[in-house]
Amino acid sequence: MQPRQILTALGAVALLAVVPLVFDNPYTLSIIILTIFYAYLALSWNIIGGIAGQLSLGHAAYFGIGAYTSTTLFLSFGLSPWIGMLAGAALSALMAVVIGLPCFRLRGAYFALATLAATVILKVIVENSHELLGGPRGLEVRLMHDAPLYFQHTRKEFYYAIVVVMLAVALYANFAILRSRFGYYLTAIRNDQDAALALGVDSRRCKLTAAVLSAVLTSIGGTFYAQYVLFISPEKVFGANLSVQIAVVCIIGGRGTLWGPVLGAALLLPAEEVARAVTGGAPGAAMMLYGLLLMVVMRFEPNGLIAILKRVANRRTAARARVGVA
Amino acid sequence: MSLLEYKQIAKHFGGVRAIEDVSFSVEVGEIVGLIGPNGAGKTTLFSMASGFLKPTRGEIRFRDRRIDGSAPPAVCRMGLARTFQIVRPFGEMSVLDNVMVGAFLHHPDRAAARRAALVVLERVGMADRHDQSARTLTLAGRKRLEVAKALATQPKLLLLDEVMAGLTPVETAGMMDLIRSVRSDGVTVLLVEHNIQATMQLSDRIVVIHHGRKICDATPAEVAADPEVIAAYLGEDED
Repeated sequence: MQPRQILTALGAVALLAVVPLVFDNPYTLSIIILTIFYAYLALSWNIIGGIAGQLSLGHAAYFGIGAYTSTTLFLSFGLSPWIGMLAGAALSALMAVVIGLPCFRLRGAYFALATLAATVILKVIVENSHELLGGPRGLEVRLMHDAPLYFQHTRKEFYYAIVVVMLAVALYANFAILRSRFGYYLTAIRNDQDAALALGVDSRRCKLTAAVLSAVLTSIGGTFYAQYVLFISPEKVFGANLSVQIAVVCIIGGRGTLWGPVLGAALLLPAEEVARAVTGGAPGAAMMLYGLLLMVVMRFEPNGLIAILKRVANRRTAARARVGVA
Repeated sequence: MSLLEYKQIAKHFGGVRAIEDVSFSVEVGEIVGLIGPNGAGKTTLFSMASGFLKPTRGEIRFRDRRIDGSAPPAVCRMGLARTFQIVRPFGEMSVLDNVMVGAFLHHPDRAAARRAALVVLERVGMADRHDQSARTLTLAGRKRLEVAKALATQPKLLLLDEVMAGLTPVETAGMMDLIRSVRSDGVTVLLVEHNIQATMQLSDRIVVIHHGRKICDATPAEVAADPEVIAAYLGEDED
């Protein structure tokens, strides 16, 4: 890394460390946590949905597996959710291969529909497993109060610290992928799969690897959610709403880029909170907001908000250069 | 030993016999032209060698190994690279990044792939445009980029699918120079071309396909004098 990048990273860490001191109001802090959490989820989705361009509408599958695996292992065997998180991640990786092997033969909308269907199947299975998984009513994570070793704490700052680390990991994963051969291959696949094949790119293996990485990160997000909210239900963690939300945050921000998913979350999550306050918590207000913003952004800049920002920045440097010449 | 060998290849699409019993070979160091009227089956022959289509019957051998039915990336790794008739740049990537995708095949490290890609770009005369978005290239630029991407995989055999179609005479001459220099670097070339004149000038040998069958396999001069070839191009209902 360049010295400038190290400085930027240190600055970001310092800034993030101060946030809970400034916003000590639990409500504000919870919105910040949620925003960072969605930035993390959008970055996880970005690996397969953005960089590789495979529009997955089934990421709730991995989220749900993460949430249910750690919670069930905790409730049944008293296993710490930290370990359950790894088990969930392993299971999600397996599921990504199981879903990916047949679905990657499909392209475009058919792939999206197949991933959506796979998630619906999982949701129905969980809803009908009354004894082990609590059926449609869901599961409550047993309260242990201040037990960091069991991924629980009464203070929100605990979760804030964890989600910041998660974001850093997801950012680094995206950064490393985008700079590597793997990232070039995924970008090539997104642009033209046949042309990539002709250059020796094993597209199926690349897509599977991307799907597994994406699933593992998403699954860890699922465990975080379960421990943060301390309650999970099939509707919440396996729902199509969640799948769509993760994808839309990334797409609005700018799929396939490093900062687009973060930008999408930084804009959408607070906006959703405002919409909720304005409508008095009307059901569906958030989804309507997402739909509306998606239409507007796609109409004017299909590459997302980050592309608009870049254009503005370019224009500004160009203007400055012109002044310099004159 | 032949570098590439088609042995009694047939390809049927349902009831359509696109290719029927075609055999020919390409020797190391040759430039071989594959010509024929529209719809003769030239691109189908390319697609079968590069792994995109599986022959209905017959066998394709490359460097003495059977490759028909292999997946495209495996064929590319063995040293057979193709370009596409309808150019397929990775539009969201820069010219350099496009070529790097090819270079990564033998240079897994990013810096090494970048260096290799720049050498290739220098070679095809596009080094000054390496920063440009591939989408903004002219047709001639895109055709050159197709060749550059394929060359970056360091092939033994290059299959060029109409890289001169749509180019001006000056651009065509430039492309011909490029193909000749590629061959003098030790890369064998098999090219499909509509531009008969350019093919005649470039090729050591020409294979003529008509209605999915081989009707001639000879030097350019012999092909030009062959009555069956002349009939295929001028006579009957072909354009």
